[in-house]
Amino acid sequence: MSWRAARLVAHRTETPTARTLVLEVPGWPAHLPGQHVDIRLTAPDGYQAARSYSLAAPADGDRIEVSVQRVSDGEVSPFLVDAYREGDPVEVRGPIGGWFVWRPQQTEPVLLVAGGSGVVPLMAMIRGRRAAGSRAPFRLIYSVRTPEDAFYTDELRRRVRDDAGLDVAYVYTRQAPEGWRGEPHRLGLADVNTHGWPPELEPLVYVCGPTAFVETVSDLLVGLGHPARRVRTERFGPTG
Amino acid sequence: MGIVTPGFQGRPRAEAPDLPPGQYLTPDFPVLSAGPTPRVPRDQWEFVISSETGTEYRWSWDEMMALPQETPTVDIHCVTRWSKLGTTWRGVSLDTLLDGVDTAADYALAHSYGGYTTNLPLEDLRDGQAWLVHTYDGDDLPAEHGGPARLLVPHLYFWKSAKWVRGIHLTVEDTPGFWETAGYHDYGDPWREQRYQGD
Ligand SMILES: Cc1cc2nc3c(=O)[nH]c(=O)nc-3n(C[C@H](O)[C@H](O)[C@H](O)COP(=O)(O)OP(=O)(O)OC[C@H]3O[C@@H](n4cnc5c(N)ncnc54)[C@H](O)[C@@H]3O)c2cc1C
Repeated sequence: MSWRAARLVAHRTETPTARTLVLEVPGWPAHLPGQHVDIRLTAPDGYQAARSYSLAAPADGDRIEVSVQRVSDGEVSPFLVDAYREGDPVEVRGPIGGWFVWRPQQTEPVLLVAGGSGVVPLMAMIRGRRAAGSRAPFRLIYSVRTPEDAFYTDELRRRVRDDAGLDVAYVYTRQAPEGWRGEPHRLGLADVNTHGWPPELEPLVYVCGPTAFVETVSDLLVGLGHPARRVRTERFGPTG
Repeated sequence: MGIVTPGFQGRPRAEAPDLPPGQYLTPDFPVLSAGPTPRVPRDQWEFVISSETGTEYRWSWDEMMALPQETPTVDIHCVTRWSKLGTTWRGVSLDTLLDGVDTAADYALAHSYGGYTTNLPLEDLRDGQAWLVHTYDGDDLPAEHGGPARLLVPHLYFWKSAKWVRGIHLTVEDTPGFWETAGYHDYGDPWREQRYQGD
């Protein structure tokens, strides 16, 4: 798989510490929701660093989107969030991954469980569902520290209104919005029970986020009776 | 050299150690797996090598622990680009396990509790290159890192070091495993940067 030249053509601020990059990649092949790319940066002395980023949306011709969360002591993410300028090049290769994907032909109920920036590939599935006119019932449980940390807030609100069969539930771990019922808490059994699908409906479950989050949630799901082979996971990083 | 991205400097790299291309050092021990972590009690654990003729060689936990133990200290390289140097493990060399196994197979398919599989040439499991390990850094190997026991094949990308390993099928033909079927490289040599099919 070879590296392709790409260029930043637009960007959107998602939160104070995250932004979406729209990259133009001439000759980009199609990709599936859930797949990721590797992005490679080269310094003037030839030093290179590459990291993986999930594709956030279906491709729009040669344009792809990723959403990057700044990891404060990181090498690559602070550059992509704060310093990378429109018109400048990077290298991209992909699409990568054939397991943590949702295919538009799938019809079973889907439960998406996101921790922080782990929402990115799950948002690609929600957008891919819409783009394909799929009626597969989708539920997203999205755990964030505070309302300001949530990605795609306006779009998700719109999609819940317009996309029949899509539900979104938030869990706030540090600070809930005004008027929220309940206290901030870590995602637990009750949240998965209330906002997920029962195992009897044989949903396919996708869990994505920091490693510790994915471990906790997938253990909860197996404890609730979801067969392990129906729970697909993607771990973004060691901490968080 | 790739295309320079204006403004990108990267980490200071004066004393960067010798890592495979595209890897960076981490002091942590990240976790990569495709699903929930299986929990396998030791008294129900077993390890089975099955030959291409169908002959099976089995070890219970106690039988495995009674074999000669080694303490390899090795560097590990994950395809998600982190490397960790000087990790110390304890377990049984695959040479010991394969010692009495009668086979003419060229390939091995490791399979795990939870359904994971990964394929390797059998010769990559021999000659002091691979272990069945149960201890990491002096402690029992935690379940999220593949406990009670995992394969350790440090000269290949770490997905080849199957977590929760339950056995190895020896085969005459190469059979792609889980990530290999999903587009990852069949062999996975980090020094040749064989991450994906076609690399
Ligand atoms: C398949 C895959 C898909 C991914 N998709 C996305 C995505 O859509 N959006 C996104 O923002 N990131 C995503 N990541 C994470 C991304 O690849 C980088 O790991 C992340 O941006 C940090 O890189 P860095 O160079 O800034 O930090 P590094 O220099 O690599 O690390 C700096 C420090 O932060 C720690 N660290 C590394 N990664 C993380 C992390 N993810 N969270 C918390 N601490 C960390 C390190 O241990 C180290 O202490 C994905 C990772 C994988 C494997």
